[in-house]
Amino acid sequence: MYRTLFPSDFLADLERMQRQMLRFAGPASSIRGFGRSGFPALNVGTTPESIEIFAFAPGLDPATVDVTIDRGVLTVSGERKSELPSDGNKSAVHINERFNGSFRRVVSLPDDVDPDNPTAKYADGVLHIRIMRRAAAQSRRIEIQ
Amino acid sequence: MTNTDVTKKDDTKRYDDAVMSPPVDVVEDAHGITLWADMPGVPKEKLNVRVDADALSIEGEVALPLTSNMEASYVEVQLPRYQRTFTLGKELDSEKVAAEFRNGVLKLSIPKVENAKPRKIEVLAS
Repeated sequence: MYRTLFPSDFLADLERMQRQMLRFAGPASSIRGFGRSGFPALNVGTTPESIEIFAFAPGLDPATVDVTIDRGVLTVSGERKSELPSDGNKSAVHINERFNGSFRRVVSLPDDVDPDNPTAKYADGVLHIRIMRRAAAQSRRIEIQ
Repeated sequence: MTNTDVTKKDDTKRYDDAVMSPPVDVVEDAHGITLWADMPGVPKEKLNVRVDADALSIEGEVALPLTSNMEASYVEVQLPRYQRTFTLGKELDSEKVAAEFRNGVLKLSIPKVENAKPRKIEVLAS
Protein backbone atom coordinates (compact mmCIF):
# COMPACT_ATOMS: atom_id res chain seq x y z
CA MET A 1 0.00 0.00 0.00
CA TYR A 2 1.24 3.48 -0.82
CA ARG A 3 1.19 5.27 2.46
CA THR A 4 1.75 8.92 3.00
CA LEU A 5 0.00 11.02 5.54
CA PHE A 6 -1.45 13.54 3.19
CA PRO A 7 -3.01 12.82 -0.17
CA SER A 8 -0.64 14.26 -2.64
CA ASP A 9 -0.81 14.73 -6.31
CA PHE A 10 1.72 15.24 -9.02
CA LEU A 11 1.08 18.95 -9.39
CA ALA A 12 1.51 19.60 -5.70
CA ASP A 13 4.78 17.66 -5.76
CA LEU A 14 5.93 19.65 -8.70
CA GLU A 15 5.03 22.89 -7.01
CA ARG A 16 6.89 21.84 -3.91
CA MET A 17 9.95 20.98 -5.94
CA GLN A 18 9.74 24.25 -7.73
CA ARG A 19 9.49 26.12 -4.46
CA GLN A 20 12.54 24.35 -3.14
CA MET A 21 14.50 25.25 -6.23
CA LEU A 22 13.37 28.85 -6.04
CA ARG A 23 14.57 29.00 -2.51
CA PHE A 24 18.13 28.54 -3.66
CA ALA A 25 18.21 30.02 -7.10
CA GLY A 26 15.09 32.03 -7.66
CA PRO A 27 14.94 35.71 -8.42
CA ALA A 28 12.11 36.27 -5.93
CA SER A 29 10.65 34.21 -3.16
CA SER A 30 7.58 34.58 -1.01
CA ILE A 31 7.82 37.58 1.28
CA ARG A 32 6.87 35.37 4.21
CA GLY A 33 9.69 32.96 3.49
CA PHE A 34 9.19 29.23 3.68
CA GLY A 35 9.40 28.59 7.38
CA ARG A 36 9.50 24.85 7.04
CA SER A 37 10.88 24.33 10.50
CA GLY A 38 8.43 26.57 12.32
CA PHE A 39 6.13 25.68 15.17
CA PRO A 40 3.46 24.57 14.68
CA ALA A 41 4.12 22.57 11.52
CA LEU A 42 1.40 23.21 8.95
CA ASN A 43 -0.32 21.09 6.34
CA VAL A 44 -2.74 22.78 4.00
CA GLY A 45 -5.22 20.95 1.82
CA THR A 46 -7.94 22.10 -0.51
CA THR A 47 -11.27 20.60 -1.48
CA PRO A 48 -13.70 22.09 -3.97
CA GLU A 49 -15.70 23.53 -1.05
CA SER A 50 -13.10 24.45 1.53
CA ILE A 51 -9.52 25.10 2.59
CA GLU A 52 -8.34 22.73 5.33
CA ILE A 53 -5.45 23.81 7.54
CA PHE A 54 -3.86 21.41 10.01
CA ALA A 55 -1.51 22.93 12.58
CA PHE A 56 0.50 20.33 14.52
CA ALA A 57 0.56 22.08 17.87
CA PRO A 58 0.72 19.55 20.72
CA GLY A 59 0.34 20.39 24.37
CA LEU A 60 -1.63 23.62 24.11
CA ASP A 61 -4.66 24.88 25.94
CA PRO A 62 -7.03 25.69 23.06
CA ALA A 63 -8.30 28.73 24.95
CA THR A 64 -4.88 30.38 24.65
CA VAL A 65 -4.52 29.89 20.91
CA ASP A 66 -5.38 32.83 18.70
CA VAL A 67 -6.69 32.23 15.20
CA THR A 68 -7.47 35.29 13.09
CA ILE A 69 -8.31 35.94 9.47
CA ASP A 70 -7.50 39.40 8.25
CA ARG A 71 -7.55 40.48 4.62
CA GLY A 72 -6.97 37.02 3.23
CA VAL A 73 -4.25 36.12 5.73
CA LEU A 74 -4.75 33.49 8.40
CA THR A 75 -2.66 33.84 11.54
CA VAL A 76 -2.24 31.20 14.24
CA SER A 77 -0.48 32.43 17.34
CA GLY A 78 -0.06 31.56 20.98
CA GLU A 79 2.45 30.43 23.50
CA ARG A 80 3.68 27.08 24.68
CA LYS A 81 5.14 27.10 28.15
CA SER A 82 8.16 25.01 29.00
CA GLU A 83 7.44 22.02 31.22
CA LEU A 84 11.05 21.72 32.30
CA PRO A 85 11.61 22.21 36.01
CA SER A 86 13.20 25.46 37.05
CA ASP A 87 15.09 24.09 40.06
CA GLY A 88 18.31 23.76 38.13
CA ASN A 89 20.39 22.23 40.89
CA LYS A 90 18.02 19.39 41.77
CA SER A 91 17.45 18.00 38.32
CA ALA A 92 19.39 17.54 35.12
CA VAL A 93 18.01 18.24 31.65
CA HIS A 94 19.44 15.56 29.35
CA ILE A 95 17.53 16.31 26.16
CA ASN A 96 15.66 19.49 25.30
CA GLU A 97 14.24 19.37 21.77
CA ARG A 98 10.64 20.42 22.20
CA PHE A 99 9.57 23.90 21.24
CA ASN A 100 8.69 26.41 23.90
CA GLY A 101 7.91 30.10 23.81
CA SER A 102 5.53 32.13 21.75
CA PHE A 103 4.75 31.29 18.16
CA ARG A 104 3.03 32.85 15.18
CA ARG A 105 2.44 31.31 11.81
CA VAL A 106 0.80 32.91 8.82
CA VAL A 107 -0.90 31.41 5.79
CA SER A 108 -2.10 33.48 2.88
CA LEU A 109 -5.46 32.23 1.69
CA PRO A 110 -6.79 32.00 -1.84
CA ASP A 111 -9.02 34.83 -3.08
CA ASP A 112 -12.23 32.85 -3.12
CA VAL A 113 -12.47 32.02 0.59
CA ASP A 114 -15.35 33.15 2.72
CA PRO A 115 -13.71 34.53 5.89
CA ASP A 116 -17.01 34.82 7.75
CA ASN A 117 -17.57 31.37 9.16
CA PRO A 118 -14.43 29.36 9.65
CA THR A 119 -14.40 26.46 12.11
CA ALA A 120 -11.47 25.48 14.31
CA LYS A 121 -11.18 22.24 16.27
CA TYR A 122 -8.37 21.08 18.51
CA ALA A 123 -7.95 17.32 18.91
CA ASP A 124 -4.95 15.11 19.72
CA GLY A 125 -2.68 18.13 19.56
CA VAL A 126 -3.72 19.13 16.05
CA LEU A 127 -5.60 22.33 15.33
CA HIS A 128 -7.85 21.82 12.33
CA ILE A 129 -9.15 24.99 10.69
CA ARG A 130 -11.70 24.78 7.93
CA ILE A 131 -12.50 27.84 5.84
CA MET A 132 -15.26 27.52 3.28
CA ARG A 133 -14.90 28.84 -0.24
CA ARG A 134 -17.52 31.21 -1.59
CA ALA A 135 -20.38 29.36 -3.19
CA ALA A 136 -20.03 31.44 -6.35
CA ALA A 137 -16.50 30.17 -6.85
CA GLN A 138 -17.41 26.50 -6.59
CA SER A 139 -17.75 24.60 -9.80
CA ARG A 140 -21.33 24.13 -10.91
CA ARG A 141 -22.86 21.88 -13.42
CA ILE A 142 -24.70 23.80 -16.09
CA GLU A 143 -27.91 22.29 -17.28
CA ILE A 144 -28.35 22.13 -21.03
CA GLN A 145 -31.84 23.03 -22.00
CA MET B 1 0.81 3.64 -16.77
CA THR B 2 3.11 0.67 -16.32
CA ASN B 3 5.97 2.97 -15.44
CA THR B 4 3.95 4.77 -12.83
CA ASP B 5 3.03 1.49 -11.19
CA VAL B 6 6.66 0.48 -10.93
CA THR B 7 7.58 3.76 -9.33
CA LYS B 8 4.80 3.40 -6.82
CA LYS B 9 5.98 -0.03 -5.78
CA ASP B 10 9.43 1.35 -5.03
CA ASP B 11 7.89 4.16 -3.06
CA THR B 12 5.95 1.72 -0.93
CA LYS B 13 9.14 0.19 0.39
CA ARG B 14 10.67 3.55 1.08
CA TYR B 15 7.66 4.98 2.88
CA ASP B 16 7.00 1.92 5.00
CA ASP B 17 10.36 2.29 6.72
CA ALA B 18 10.25 6.04 7.00
CA VAL B 19 9.13 7.45 10.32
CA MET B 20 9.31 10.79 12.05
CA SER B 21 11.39 11.10 15.17
CA PRO B 22 9.29 12.96 17.74
CA PRO B 23 11.08 15.78 19.58
CA VAL B 24 11.54 14.97 23.28
CA ASP B 25 12.55 16.55 26.57
CA VAL B 26 14.24 14.34 29.15
CA VAL B 27 14.79 15.43 32.74
CA GLU B 28 16.34 13.46 35.57
CA ASP B 29 15.93 14.06 39.28
CA ALA B 30 16.46 12.03 42.44
CA HIS B 31 13.33 9.95 41.89
CA GLY B 32 13.73 9.06 38.27
CA ILE B 33 13.52 10.25 34.72
CA THR B 34 10.66 12.12 33.09
CA LEU B 35 10.27 12.15 29.32
CA TRP B 36 7.94 14.30 27.23
CA ALA B 37 7.43 13.54 23.54
CA ASP B 38 5.49 15.61 21.00
CA MET B 39 3.32 13.34 18.89
CA PRO B 40 0.55 15.53 17.48
CA GLY B 41 -2.18 13.84 15.46
CA VAL B 42 -1.87 10.49 17.22
CA PRO B 43 -5.10 9.28 18.86
CA LYS B 44 -4.65 7.49 22.18
CA GLU B 45 -5.53 4.08 20.75
CA LYS B 46 -2.79 4.34 18.14
CA LEU B 47 -0.07 5.11 20.65
CA ASN B 48 2.26 2.32 21.63
CA VAL B 49 4.80 2.45 24.47
CA ARG B 50 6.91 -0.66 24.94
CA VAL B 51 9.76 -1.73 27.17
CA ASP B 52 11.78 -4.64 25.85
CA ALA B 53 14.69 -5.63 28.09
CA ASP B 54 16.35 -2.23 28.50
CA ALA B 55 14.97 -0.61 25.34
CA LEU B 56 12.09 1.81 25.67
CA SER B 57 10.29 2.45 22.42
CA ILE B 58 7.51 4.87 21.67
CA GLU B 59 5.48 4.64 18.53
CA GLY B 60 2.38 6.33 17.21
CA GLU B 61 0.33 6.48 14.07
CA VAL B 62 -1.09 9.76 12.85
CA ALA B 63 -4.80 9.87 12.06
CA LEU B 64 -6.21 13.10 10.66
CA PRO B 65 -9.83 13.81 9.73
CA LEU B 66 -9.15 13.97 6.00
CA THR B 67 -11.85 14.09 3.40
CA SER B 68 -11.46 11.94 0.34
CA ASN B 69 -11.58 14.73 -2.20
CA MET B 70 -8.85 16.77 -0.54
CA GLU B 71 -5.69 17.68 -2.38
CA ALA B 72 -2.54 18.70 -0.59
CA SER B 73 -1.36 22.16 -1.44
CA TYR B 74 1.33 22.63 1.19
CA VAL B 75 2.78 19.88 3.35
CA GLU B 76 5.28 20.00 6.20
CA VAL B 77 4.30 16.81 8.02
CA GLN B 78 4.59 14.13 5.37
CA LEU B 79 4.91 10.82 7.17
CA PRO B 80 2.14 9.04 9.07
CA ARG B 81 4.23 7.55 11.88
CA TYR B 82 6.38 8.56 14.82
CA GLN B 83 8.92 6.22 16.30
CA ARG B 84 11.85 6.55 18.68
CA THR B 85 13.77 4.20 20.93
CA PHE B 86 15.81 4.89 24.05
CA THR B 87 18.10 2.68 26.09
CA LEU B 88 17.34 2.57 29.80
CA GLY B 89 20.05 2.07 32.40
CA LYS B 90 19.97 -0.64 35.03
CA GLU B 91 19.17 1.92 37.72
CA LEU B 92 15.77 2.58 36.14
CA ASP B 93 12.77 0.45 37.01
CA SER B 94 11.25 -0.47 33.65
CA GLU B 95 8.39 -2.31 35.38
CA LYS B 96 6.99 0.88 36.84
CA VAL B 97 6.88 3.21 33.85
CA ALA B 98 3.86 5.50 34.10
CA ALA B 99 2.48 7.02 30.90
CA GLU B 100 0.14 9.93 30.33
CA PHE B 101 -1.03 11.15 26.92
CA ARG B 102 -2.79 14.45 26.51
CA ASN B 103 -3.21 16.78 23.51
CA GLY B 104 -0.55 14.97 21.53
CA VAL B 105 2.06 15.09 24.28
CA LEU B 106 3.25 11.85 25.84
CA LYS B 107 4.65 12.06 29.36
CA LEU B 108 6.54 9.09 30.74
CA SER B 109 7.75 8.79 34.32
CA ILE B 110 10.40 6.15 34.86
CA PRO B 111 11.29 5.71 38.53
CA LYS B 112 14.70 4.61 39.75
CA VAL B 113 15.07 1.19 41.29
CA GLU B 114 14.77 1.17 45.08
CA ASN B 115 18.26 0.50 46.28
CA ALA B 116 18.71 -2.69 48.21
CA LYS B 117 18.93 -1.90 51.89
CA PRO B 118 22.45 -1.71 53.25
CA ARG B 119 23.40 -5.07 54.71
CA LYS B 120 25.80 -5.75 57.45
CA ILE B 121 28.10 -8.63 56.80
CA GLU B 122 28.95 -10.65 59.82
CA VAL B 123 32.61 -11.46 60.21
CA LEU B 124 33.06 -14.74 61.84
CA ALA B 125 36.00 -15.24 64.12
CA SER B 126 37.74 -18.52 63.68
